[in-house]
Amino acid sequence: MLEMSGISKRFPGVTALDAVQFSAGQGEVVALVGENGAGKSTLMKILSGIHAPDSGTITLQDKPVSIRSPRDAARLGIGTIHQELEVIDTLDVAANIFLGREPTWAGPLQLVDRRQIYSDARKALARVGLDVGPDSPLRLLSTAQKQLVEIARALSRDARLLIMDEPTSSLTLKETERLIELVTELRRSGVSIVYISHRLDEIEQLADRVVVLRDGRNSGELKRGDINRDRMVQLMVGRDLKSFYADTTSVPGPVRIEMRNLRTEKYPAHAVSLSLCSGEILGLAGLVGAGRSELARVLFGVDRSRGGEILLDGAEVNIRSPLDAIRLGIYLVPEDRRISGLLTGMSVRENVTLPNLSQFSTAGWIRRDDESAVAQSLCGELKVRAPSVEVKAGSLSGGNQQKVVLAKWLSLSPRALLFDEPTRGIDVGAKAEIYQLMRQLAGQGVAILMISSDMEEVLGVSDRVAVLHEGRLTGVLLRSECTQENIMRLAVA
Amino acid sequence: MRKELGILTLLMLLCAVVALLNPQFVGAANIQNTSRLIGTYGIFSIGVGVVIVTGGIDLSVGAVFVKKRVLLSIMLTEWQWPPLLAVAVVLALGSALGAVHGVLITRLGLQPFLVTLCGLLLYRGLARYIAADVVQGFGAGTGFEWLRDLTTGSIAGIPMPFVILIVVASIMWVLLHRSVYGRYLLAVGRNEEAARYSGINSRRIITSAYVISGLLAAVAAILLAFYTNSVSPSSHGNFYELYAIAAAVLGGCSLRGGEGSIIGIVAGTALLQVLRNLVNLLDIPSSLDFAVMGAVILIGVIADQVLRPQK
Repeated sequence: MLEMSGISKRFPGVTALDAVQFSAGQGEVVALVGENGAGKSTLMKILSGIHAPDSGTITLQDKPVSIRSPRDAARLGIGTIHQELEVIDTLDVAANIFLGREPTWAGPLQLVDRRQIYSDARKALARVGLDVGPDSPLRLLSTAQKQLVEIARALSRDARLLIMDEPTSSLTLKETERLIELVTELRRSGVSIVYISHRLDEIEQLADRVVVLRDGRNSGELKRGDINRDRMVQLMVGRDLKSFYADTTSVPGPVRIEMRNLRTEKYPAHAVSLSLCSGEILGLAGLVGAGRSELARVLFGVDRSRGGEILLDGAEVNIRSPLDAIRLGIYLVPEDRRISGLLTGMSVRENVTLPNLSQFSTAGWIRRDDESAVAQSLCGELKVRAPSVEVKAGSLSGGNQQKVVLAKWLSLSPRALLFDEPTRGIDVGAKAEIYQLMRQLAGQGVAILMISSDMEEVLGVSDRVAVLHEGRLTGVLLRSECTQENIMRLAVA
Repeated sequence: MRKELGILTLLMLLCAVVALLNPQFVGAANIQNTSRLIGTYGIFSIGVGVVIVTGGIDLSVGAVFVKKRVLLSIMLTEWQWPPLLAVAVVLALGSALGAVHGVLITRLGLQPFLVTLCGLLLYRGLARYIAADVVQGFGAGTGFEWLRDLTTGSIAGIPMPFVILIVVASIMWVLLHRSVYGRYLLAVGRNEEAARYSGINSRRIITSAYVISGLLAAVAAILLAFYTNSVSPSSHGNFYELYAIAAAVLGGCSLRGGEGSIIGIVAGTALLQVLRNLVNLLDIPSSLDFAVMGAVILIGVIADQVLRPQK
């Protein structure tokens, strides 16, 4: 159905795509994988009309087409579900689905036919199996629901080809399963799907074919029967990734942070008592919305607690702002790194030294040389791949951005590090590096709390796993007791 | 840096054109006069610029201005207060009003536009009421001649307001571009949440920007009060906030916050004053001066946008 051949695209200084071939048959789920920077996004941006290719041809159903704008793409039946959802929070569900092509009454005023739009929206929602009213404001929906709204929007435009970019990166396990079901249904109805994901287990489960890109070139293709994790990883990185997860052999030390009957804004009815030891990585699992991030936000002083105590190395502490937490050596690597983690418009240097500027200043005057030197050495230590520390943090890839967030805290000396979804949207290579760093820090006696919705990561990285369900601590599992089933049972308890 | 160079080039070009068309432009009297205006306007524009860097806006400077000047003339002529005390009170009041704006914005989460718009209406109304809508002057200035001389005089032929602008701009340049405080201002303006997550007390930083704006407006108010020597409470200081915002934006501040340059703001102020001067010198009807300014600013930002190197 879709045939892209010889697609090349150069950006100043880099060849993003070099004669890439890509195709998708009708009702086929093609997974597109590769490390960040391999060219997946660029290829899909060409297909959705955001970038124009320098050379190459695209044919849709044997007809050559030129896709010059997202409008062209929509007209040709190509819909994109972006990783950063492109929905408008202040409008309702129906308005979002039909944005730009609202059904109207006849007449020059183009008044919106409200009855029509709601009944059409109801049909579109039924098709994706989303059970919300078409008049509910979008801001009340969860991420997973918003994503379904976006899919409904694409389908209501008669999309025959859906591009899904990391669709499960912010979904819970259950929501992911639901999405995979939906993809399967869509395939059955003849919709072709290009599925971009870093989660290889989903791809094993879902894909009819896998196309692997590496450094802007096709590095291989796997057919249904040949799809497995190891072969994909091998094609992605061009080598075997034997020890993906670092060895978890560090010995936990004394209790670093003790939460006693801690209550969060979101779940004031449930008191959580949990301790985090120095030198351990404590995984915090649960469904999205279980109150995991809220707990971390209380420990970091972003939210106030609604009761309970926090003890740091045995002494009660009062954390009322991030500044308090930072002074105590408790740092958060937040989940939405482009919003709370980084100042994307400022340089890497400025980001790294921001929480610690007093160390690089005399009477308020910043010593630039010292600042640069420290930023450079930290970025070197963490292997941040950036042309220099003066480039904007937002221009780096996800993995490198995350390392910059981490470098920021390592410029101070952490006693406890709270990671919220540390590897979301990060490629395989950078993931492994971040796991190694976490392990290394734990080895130095730092207490690490890792919130993650990626089951494989929770199992692979944690020394112990605590599970929350709707604000309640439903269990703490030792490493030997950790299995996917045990965790899931506690998470849905 | 690129933006600053752009505006400086534009400024030079404009000066050259005006000088060619009317040599009076480079006459000593005209230069003195223009630099005096640049000085006064530049001082409060820097204050507004700092607020803009935090992602806010300050619409109240013009009204703060007139209120300060009415108060000053009443304190000095009617109440016969010692000039030093009167000046101190005016500066303190300016800062205090800024602090009130800042607190309303950061603690109650009100929008800067609304808070300072209400400030504008409130202060101008109060000033008119206090002055009973009568033009206030300083009379012969008995008892505070030194203050008048200090503010309207000059050093080595350079008008005092311009000298003060240089001092203020230098301090603010160091503060914004070289100090920890400035880094925090830029960070908060870019992304308040990420700044907070890095341990910056963003409320305090934002409030301080409004304090600076109020303080610098008060400084400029004192300078201008003695220069024009009389204050009409209803019209004085009208549009000053817009001059300041225009200067800041011309000088490379983004209204979205997080970007700004002191040199740019000063150059932007100079550009606006040269434009006003041009209207005078080139015998353009003075009723057109806003139109001329509007057109030139618009052409400037269009050129900036069009000539911007593509990412």
